[in-house]
Amino acid sequence: MGWAGGMNMETIYQLTVSPDFTPEHISGWYIYNTWLQRNLGLHFHLEMYDSFDAQREAIRQDKVDLIYANPYDASMLVREKGFRAVVRPIGVADECVIVVPADSPVQKVEDLQPNARVASTDDPDIHLVGMIMLEPADLNADNVQSITVDGYVLVAKALLKGSADVGFFLKDAWDGLSNTVRKQLRPLVTSQISDIQHVLLVGPRLMDSVEDIQGLMLRMPQIEKGAGVLEALGFEGWAEVDHEDTEFMIDLMDTLKAR
Amino acid sequence: MLRDMQSTAVVGDFREYHINLYGFGARKVLVTDEEVPYPDGKLIVSRTDTRGIITHCNQSFVEMSGHTREALIGTEHSILRHPDMPGVAFKSLWDDVEAGKIWHGYVKNLRGDGKFYWVYATVIPNVRDGKVVGYTSVRRKPSRTKIRESIALYKQLKAQEGSQWDGPEV
Ligand SMILES: Cc1cc2nc3c(=O)[nH]c(=O)nc-3n(C[C@H](O)[C@H](O)[C@H](O)COP(=O)(O)O)c2cc1C
Repeated sequence: MGWAGGMNMETIYQLTVSPDFTPEHISGWYIYNTWLQRNLGLHFHLEMYDSFDAQREAIRQDKVDLIYANPYDASMLVREKGFRAVVRPIGVADECVIVVPADSPVQKVEDLQPNARVASTDDPDIHLVGMIMLEPADLNADNVQSITVDGYVLVAKALLKGSADVGFFLKDAWDGLSNTVRKQLRPLVTSQISDIQHVLLVGPRLMDSVEDIQGLMLRMPQIEKGAGVLEALGFEGWAEVDHEDTEFMIDLMDTLKAR
Repeated sequence: MLRDMQSTAVVGDFREYHINLYGFGARKVLVTDEEVPYPDGKLIVSRTDTRGIITHCNQSFVEMSGHTREALIGTEHSILRHPDMPGVAFKSLWDDVEAGKIWHGYVKNLRGDGKFYWVYATVIPNVRDGKVVGYTSVRRKPSRTKIRESIALYKQLKAQEGSQWDGPEV
């Protein structure tokens, strides 16, 4: 019972994860939650929202205390809700791949035509970067048909069925598709924007523990079972993010969101 | 520190201009008609202090500029100023960002080797603790249609400024 004795049982904090988590890492986040409570001595409840809208509503209602967030939402969390980013994961990138069916006449983005049917998920950063990569073809939200589906496998399906002309993938999700599927598809361009990344942010109720949380994440690979938890999340480790790094990423996202 | 361009850095036939830069004075620039295509999938990012001196830039910015990182950091952002650009475009940029607003525009930039590249730029003020501490510009790939429209517009604006567009028109 050793560790439980030190916990403050009155307060239960909410941990949540950007709904674009890859399915094979869901169990990793539950393991992370257990590990975090044990090593921090605080009580967390892990809430996995199934959509960005549901998660944003919870943030608006001040239900969230610790969040592994999509870069798209970092601005709202930091500037409107007083969150502070402490670390970013090492070994994962938020890059977007633009993909067409293998037999499509489209050879480069500029060949895409107005009214193109664009399949993507509700991942806000990937959708944003994908739409920016269509701009050289004079395409924008007003002259494409957006098809939002529930995951990257369904983006692939839409392309294979011929119900979409072009699709946006998170690079990791594209790389994770089976060879058989990938052979029937063809990537046109991949983003190379290393400055935009998911971050772990601490909310106002947990501000007293900011340094403890950051320190714990940075030492994670050396702490008992920490390396195994990281592996379950698909991360190589965490890197420190300071206030200015976060502000810079938010400025960058703001330039991309502006129309 | 900004310097005149040297012909040894320039590849192929060039035209010579003396452009007048704010806070710096006259700069000799050498310009060719060769366009370098925008790198697909990349963003070209730079930041300046409140006077327009470059404080940070990403690797794509360095590569596209044709300068070394050492030559860029600490230098006026007008190191990229191409003589085909109308001055009024940059006036609107500075008017907007100094008023705390976002600026968008199509820009023809000059490289260290005299070649040029087109970008679609968004510039925003960096607000920290309620104060503007600098500006960030993020550039992305423009469509050929937008470049053609920009050339037509900039030709007119140049004429109104008593000079002319000398570069290629596509
Ligand atoms: C963040 C930022 C980015 C800028 N980027 C460019 C650029 O890419 N090319 C350019 O010619 N001027 C750029 N400018 C504008 C220059 O500071 C300068 O106003 C312009 O080159 C014209 O020179 P002048 O103001 O000395 O006449 C930028 C300014 C800021 C604040």
